[in-house]
Amino acid sequence: MNRGNEIFVSLITLIRKEIKRYLRIWVQTLVPPAVTMSLYFVIFGSLIGPRIGTMDGLDYIQFMIPGLIMMSVITNSYANVVSSFYSVKFQKSIEELLVSPMPNWAILVGFVMGGVSRGVLIGCIVFCVSLFFYPSFTIVNPLLTVSVLFLTAILFSLMGFINAIFADSFDDISIIPTFVLTPLIYLGGVFYSINILPDIWRNISMVNPMLYVVNTFREGMLGVSDVSIPFALGMIIFFIIILTSACLLLLHRGVGTRQ
Amino acid sequence: MNQFALEITDLKKTYDSDVVALKGINLSVKEGDFFALLGPNGAGKSSTIGIIASLVTKTGGKVKIFGIDTDENFPEAKRLLGVVSQEINFNNFEKVIDIVTTQAGFYGISLKDSKPKTETTLKRLGLWEKRNEQARTLSGGFKRRLMIAKALIHEPKLLILDEPTAGVDIELRREMWEFLKEINAKGTTIILTTHYLEEAEQLCKNIAIIDYGELVENTSMKDLLSRLDVQGFVLDIDKTLDQPPSISKFPITLEDSTTLNVSIKKDQSINHLFEQLSALDINVLSMRNKSNRLEEMFIEMVNKS
Repeated sequence: MNRGNEIFVSLITLIRKEIKRYLRIWVQTLVPPAVTMSLYFVIFGSLIGPRIGTMDGLDYIQFMIPGLIMMSVITNSYANVVSSFYSVKFQKSIEELLVSPMPNWAILVGFVMGGVSRGVLIGCIVFCVSLFFYPSFTIVNPLLTVSVLFLTAILFSLMGFINAIFADSFDDISIIPTFVLTPLIYLGGVFYSINILPDIWRNISMVNPMLYVVNTFREGMLGVSDVSIPFALGMIIFFIIILTSACLLLLHRGVGTRQ
Repeated sequence: MNQFALEITDLKKTYDSDVVALKGINLSVKEGDFFALLGPNGAGKSSTIGIIASLVTKTGGKVKIFGIDTDENFPEAKRLLGVVSQEINFNNFEKVIDIVTTQAGFYGISLKDSKPKTETTLKRLGLWEKRNEQARTLSGGFKRRLMIAKALIHEPKLLILDEPTAGVDIELRREMWEFLKEINAKGTTIILTTHYLEEAEQLCKNIAIIDYGELVENTSMKDLLSRLDVQGFVLDIDKTLDQPPSISKFPITLEDSTTLNVSIKKDQSINHLFEQLSALDINVLSMRNKSNRLEEMFIEMVNKS
């Protein structure tokens, strides 16, 4: 059998398995973000939003939509990979992959694509939900929007993969999302523009990586941003390259996977 | 045709905890062999298998599968290898058929091509009726069969089974033996680790014993058993005794009032024992080996090492 074809089939098999995994438990994976985001739109968008007025010259609910979509994409792409890869380690079904001729990069791509597909699917679901609350929404730059959507999903899937590699217990896979990701996302400009902050907090916010992801996506959807887009895109791509290299090195050395 | 299915040279493994699992073992398994790798718990059997299957990273040494060096072309070597691990290693929430077709996919076999193979393999292992059931609903024995089905789906030339019948009832164990004999007869080389020494004696042509990370024996089963000097037998007699009968050259002890334990050297005639018992008006109703012959030899070797 042709080696290229063999790898392609194995990769498709892994991606299909990953997608089937989260679709099989859709009540746990697809419904909660839709429900949670609907509540955000109702409370912060429809009830509190009109009292807030405008943000960066936009209706508050309109300003919030890209941030909430990004928040869903980040948490779900991360959660998918960290839980899936840790689970295969925990139940030892990772051996199915390790004994097979699949190269390490195909294993990494398979899990990351699983996370990306879930992140993007959730992003689309949240966007559809947002249309119920703000039907006149139009996307300013579809190419940038889609690019950032996929790049962000890739970036956080890779982070989830590294978390799963080092995780030794189920506690280890919830610590980073709870104590690192969530605070950074909430303080990363999902609900406000950093222009409303005092100088000191604005400067501190500039070192929050979530700010760049959220604002680049907001630039794509609404045409407004608090940060430089070329710089933000460059950083996202730079970190994707760094994290991909780290994942491949860890897999090659067998850290967390082989004894 | 390469003569060896597996060649291991100076294989070493030291874990991060500084535990030395393998101290440099050398082992060759001929193509078509049915080979037993035995040893007590913690001897290094699973580390050896783990390294061959790429589940464990080696500290040093070489592994060749059908002449292919795993350091140079592991994917090619892996294609020739099937591994049945000691512990259940599939997702219990997936259907039986999905587990097998997915494993085939990881070996580059498309869904279309794997379907007929899956059907044949599951039918042969008695799992076809359960193909749409979640793996978690299977009994322990069927889970073991599923492990074997997974390992065989890509038709490996070398099959390694790490204690495949642990916790399996006698009937199923014998069914598995027949199945393994059948695939070995068709040309698949099999390496088996087991704690059931009767299993190794029944199935395997050649044997290696590993202890404390070193190979203490590597020979044919026939040769090993021929070295057994003394065998213990249990005799059921028709008479009730208070003390064991005294027969020269045959040490006898009483297990209970109607059962004798006798040690017989391999150059001694059993007829001579029966004659002397008859002379004492003791008739033997039945006779059996006190323990498995290989077990006696195994304990002797492991104690020596």
